[in-house]
Amino acid sequence: MYVAVKGGERAILNSYALLAQARRGDASVPELTLDQIQQQLRLSVDRVMCEGSVYDPELAALAIKQAAGDLVEAIFLLRAYRATLPRLGYARPLDTADMRLWRRISATFKDLPGGQVLGPTYDYTQRLLDFTLAASGEAQAGPVASPQSEAGAVPRVVDLLGNEGLIESHEPSPGDPEPVDLTRVPISFPADRAARLQNLARGDEGFLLAMGYSTQRGYANSHPFAGEIRFGLVDVEIEPEELGFPVSIGEIEITECQMVNQFAGSKTEPPKFTRGYGLAFGASERKAMGMALVDRALRATELGEAADSPAQMQEFVLSHTDNLEASGFVQHLKLPHYVDFQSELELVRKMRAAMPESGAEAA
Amino acid sequence: MKVSDLPPPVERDANFNFAYLDERTKRMIRRAILKAVAIPGYQVPFGSREMPLPYGWGTGGIQVTASIIGPDDVLKVIDQGADDTVNAVNIRRFFQRTTAVAVTSVTTEATIIQTRHRIPETPLHDGQVMVYQVPLPEPLQKLEPREAETRVMHGLADYGLMHVKLYEDIARFGHIATTYDYPVMVDGRFLMAPSPIPKFDNPKMHMNPALQLFGAGREKRIYAIPPWTSVESLAFDDHPFEVQRWSEPCALCGATDSFLDEVITDDRGGHMFVCSDTDHCRLNRQDDDR
Repeated sequence: MYVAVKGGERAILNSYALLAQARRGDASVPELTLDQIQQQLRLSVDRVMCEGSVYDPELAALAIKQAAGDLVEAIFLLRAYRATLPRLGYARPLDTADMRLWRRISATFKDLPGGQVLGPTYDYTQRLLDFTLAASGEAQAGPVASPQSEAGAVPRVVDLLGNEGLIESHEPSPGDPEPVDLTRVPISFPADRAARLQNLARGDEGFLLAMGYSTQRGYANSHPFAGEIRFGLVDVEIEPEELGFPVSIGEIEITECQMVNQFAGSKTEPPKFTRGYGLAFGASERKAMGMALVDRALRATELGEAADSPAQMQEFVLSHTDNLEASGFVQHLKLPHYVDFQSELELVRKMRAAMPESGAEAA
Repeated sequence: MKVSDLPPPVERDANFNFAYLDERTKRMIRRAILKAVAIPGYQVPFGSREMPLPYGWGTGGIQVTASIIGPDDVLKVIDQGADDTVNAVNIRRFFQRTTAVAVTSVTTEATIIQTRHRIPETPLHDGQVMVYQVPLPEPLQKLEPREAETRVMHGLADYGLMHVKLYEDIARFGHIATTYDYPVMVDGRFLMAPSPIPKFDNPKMHMNPALQLFGAGREKRIYAIPPWTSVESLAFDDHPFEVQRWSEPCALCGATDSFLDEVITDDRGGHMFVCSDTDHCRLNRQDDDR
């Protein structure tokens, strides 16, 4: 006799215990500390802060530890934490020209004011497994690193092109309206660029990478150049109303990517270069570049270009960037669906019964 | 006397605000609910938050419940009609941990019933609130994925696309081939997705004395059916709306009027049908014993 399954609560509590055990692994191996994660898994921390939409390396490290290294799960933890935090106000726009640079490269000019600075990059490493790390060997002592250009601002490539009028300028909208806050108001379509960029900044790195990649393979035609990528420290300033002048509340590490794209011009406008923009917390170059490609692709309609590739379709792209939404909805298929399935089962039986001989025979 | 068979209460976790959400967020959601009640069937956008449970697992319903629940409420949570499926257990525990309200499995005792995929068999009464978890609030989405387009269709009450779809079903199969999330017209104005309840449950929404609230967390929409509102399942004059019927009664309680789940009992084609509403089934059997 069938007995309805009971004891869901006990099963859930048992799963917590098993999960805690699985997360910890072999207890004879020392436990990870948050410092270790922050210091030695910094790129994981950066990604979790970026898509988790909170700049807090310590909490991100905690989330990574709790999620046993599953970054999407860690992003979820951080987002759920931030969801009910109060919003105190807006920061002033970051001045990325004033960034204290760890890294700054341009693929469009051989040399330029401020120079090319490789900084800490995997780009030119030869991807050979380093067995000294496996043997817990200490890293070779090198020059003590500090961010470049303490001396002063390094102009951005787009500004250099802008001086000649060769690239579009981006002025604030008339009246400089407050941008919509997508963490408070759902996106509506068509979305303006500020909303799109917010959405992309929180978007899944893998998704943006793939969408950006698709634009390079004929699904949209944007002829991108990596005008400039810079990574370094910028001040975050707020301007409290009662003070009337800005005060710095700290500094954050960010990666900025300015893609430069051709634009054939139109009846009213001469040919010039257009821009795609990417910005990410920490050292997240893949994310910033993917974002810049997708940003430019999403401007197709605005620039009078055909918009028939997936990366150019606002609703398609922006509705599917969020990995929490995607992961949740895909994985909700694990939940019981037997009521719906029962209805479908009955329908399929009914339709098969209605078919002439052929189909029903196979059963 | 009908007695709930749920485990004893859980202590409230004082680290979180009552019902988890902060009061500003609750106020924002209540405003959206009020607007939804004022325009029956209209999908109100709201600033859905990331909840500590995943999107797609009931975050819309959870946010609605969290915004309306008070210390004196009695909560019932079901999934597929059952109080004891893991997701229902998990959501109930979440509210017990964050509110310590009384919980019940008995439909008539509850003041708030949060549900996924079913409406209880026991009729609801005045003063109760049904909170539906909604995965896809837009009934037209499968026909037109672009929201910019569907919004215009709702604005113009232009639902020809849906009627054509239903007509095509009839032309192809001889009947409408939608069995759950069957589209309804609310108050003669808005086409609405009833969430993936079986069409068996659709008639229960019509002129229901309870307030019915629908929360879609991932899609960031709330909509509502106020008490005593007309809810009509789409149909044609020559193809009237029909609900599922079973040829046998529930194998456990003998009910002939409830939605039955098929349970496979062996690997030789053996199966039986049992009530999907587990508490309805349990109480039926209790009455029989007496």
